[in-house]
Amino acid sequence: MNWMKHLPIYFLISAMVVIPGTYSLIRYGLKSSIEFTGGSRLTLVTVKSSPEDVLQAFIDYSPILENSENNSLTIKSKEISQENTQKIIDGLKKENPDVKLSDFETIGPALGQETIKKTGNALIVASVLLLLYISFAFKQLKYGICAVLAMFHDSVVLLGSFSLLGHFRGVEVDLLFVTAVLTILSFSVHDTIVVYDRIRELSHKNKNVDFVSLVNQAVTETMTRSLNNSLTIIFMLLALFLMGGETTKYFSLALLIGTITGTYSSTFTAAPLLVIWEKYLSKKR
Amino acid sequence: MTFSKPQKVSLATLILTLIALYIILPAKVFGLDIPRINIKIGTLDFGKEIELKQGLDIKGGLQVTLKADMKDILSQDRPSALESLKNVIGRRVDLFGVSESGVKTAVSGDDYRLILELPGITDAQQALSLIGQTAKMEFALPLYTPGKTASDAATLSSFTPTDLTGADLQRATVTFESQDRSPAVSLTFKETGKTKFAKLTKENIGKPIAILLDGYPLTMPTVETEIIDGNAIITGQFSTEDAKALSVQLNAGALPVPVTVLSQKNIPATLGQESITKSVAAGAIGLSMVVFFMIAYYGWMGVIASVGLVLYGIFTLALYKLIPVVLSLPGIAGFLLSVGMAVDSNILVFERYKEEIRAGRDWRVGLELAFGRAWDSIKDANTATIITGLILFNPLEWNFLNTSGSVRGFALTLILGIFISLFTGIVVTRNLLRIFFKGQTNKI
Repeated sequence: MNWMKHLPIYFLISAMVVIPGTYSLIRYGLKSSIEFTGGSRLTLVTVKSSPEDVLQAFIDYSPILENSENNSLTIKSKEISQENTQKIIDGLKKENPDVKLSDFETIGPALGQETIKKTGNALIVASVLLLLYISFAFKQLKYGICAVLAMFHDSVVLLGSFSLLGHFRGVEVDLLFVTAVLTILSFSVHDTIVVYDRIRELSHKNKNVDFVSLVNQAVTETMTRSLNNSLTIIFMLLALFLMGGETTKYFSLALLIGTITGTYSSTFTAAPLLVIWEKYLSKKR
Repeated sequence: MTFSKPQKVSLATLILTLIALYIILPAKVFGLDIPRINIKIGTLDFGKEIELKQGLDIKGGLQVTLKADMKDILSQDRPSALESLKNVIGRRVDLFGVSESGVKTAVSGDDYRLILELPGITDAQQALSLIGQTAKMEFALPLYTPGKTASDAATLSSFTPTDLTGADLQRATVTFESQDRSPAVSLTFKETGKTKFAKLTKENIGKPIAILLDGYPLTMPTVETEIIDGNAIITGQFSTEDAKALSVQLNAGALPVPVTVLSQKNIPATLGQESITKSVAAGAIGLSMVVFFMIAYYGWMGVIASVGLVLYGIFTLALYKLIPVVLSLPGIAGFLLSVGMAVDSNILVFERYKEEIRAGRDWRVGLELAFGRAWDSIKDANTATIITGLILFNPLEWNFLNTSGSVRGFALTLILGIFISLFTGIVVTRNLLRIFFKGQTNKI
């Protein structure tokens, strides 16, 4: 099949996802959890007063009401120690005799900054090492660069989706999300390598066939494997997303989005990028 | 009777599987006791049920990061001061009697930290106020209870506090004795301490004085003579390291390091249990979907791949229990994800096999070729995943990368998953196929 004939369509599909995502990333950014910004999150149970009254009690710590149902309240605020929280709760005891702190989490702002920095470092180290590894394994820089470009494509799709989810649904980005992003980086490269590997193998066998036909053949031959493999991972993740616990719900979703874009990008971004590289950059030599 | 190579490998796999099954089985299955073998290797006791270690996010409890305020401590002494703080706080944590509690140190730039994990602690505030206290050093007199009979040695029963405390101590340093150059620790007292120490030594010549940190004796030197100038030397069978460690602990008592809470997380146990039940159910459904798909698509080959997948699950769980891997929620997700990735090598091989058959090869040749040719892709692709896994796991504890427990837990399960899946997906499946699979003989 002549897959590479429709290059513009593939890039258009990518653009339709990447552009809104990038726009949202620039405009709204990501909704960071307190793991990155620092701050506190606390859940009070058996509350009788209205949420507004409770927030008023925490006013010194600029509280935000996150969730309120069945007499339980979750509040996100600036960093507050458990001692001070307890003092405020004791103050609330008049109107709410049974009020109790069920869940409490606090992270200093400095620690949050550090986590962001370390995450950035991990992303950079991962990109560089993968670029070097692929360039080395395939003995050509173009494979490395194109695979890493496809990897960036997937990260932007994932980050963009969560920026939109954060803006419209209040989904937060936490340390688990970062883990998901890094996992997707490796999955994306994993999938791309299988396609590239076939291109390399075919180019050794057929020295006189032009590059585009090679890529077409490689894509055709790896398509079933790619789809089947992603399907099995998607089965797993879909089950986790729909039925798994609350804590890992968005982690599974991030992995799910990443798997889909990773599968798409290895065939429809990474392979076409190689074709374009060959067409425009190799001619100049 | 001789065995072919595939038969040998399959037999070895069967034995491995039985061992792994023995490891993962609970003590009782459907009310039946599983017979246990009494073998001990290191701390592992095979005679008992080996437990799967659960992370704090599943068990519930308290996680705290404490920051040590080191501004009064000389910078070269800070690492050892942190170690001594860890010992002090570790002892306090032990007072709670929680099992598998952990105290770890972490240094980040100029920040010296302690990371505490206290499973099962519900009253976080009470725990923190006890743990977060600044360590107190005092000089005390040991009290001995005489043995019941003359031959029984007297036992140390308690300490009588004196008015001399860590605040009276100026500093402790390592010195070497003039006669035999053996290491010793010298103490210098402040003006306030001089008279108190002189009185204490005068009254206790020939008797031991205990130096207690947080109620725990650091050392118990015996007074040889009255010391009036506030300069004492503790001698003994010290190695240089011992002397250094003691001086650090004494200095920590003289200049205590206060701690503040940097981050804190109280995790209710119910939340984790709920999540784990749901995740396990989700995993079971996902797994059966994968098995169903593999069998529906690849037929008999898919059945064998599914056997490999089940073995993968058994081996992984057994390794989790042996290493042991602390299983957190992200870790479970990593395990389930690697199940999805485990079938990838099978799919790569099976697709190759189909191609070889289409190319007109006999199924026997096709099968061997498929494994050989798919290996290149499998190797390259999995190396890439291992690279990312290692960056996340950060085995050398590099400071510029993540050191968070949950991320590392996920990375560890992912890396283990890759290696085990390479074994079950390539070695095991290949040999099972060689024995149990028969393709159609090509008629061309």
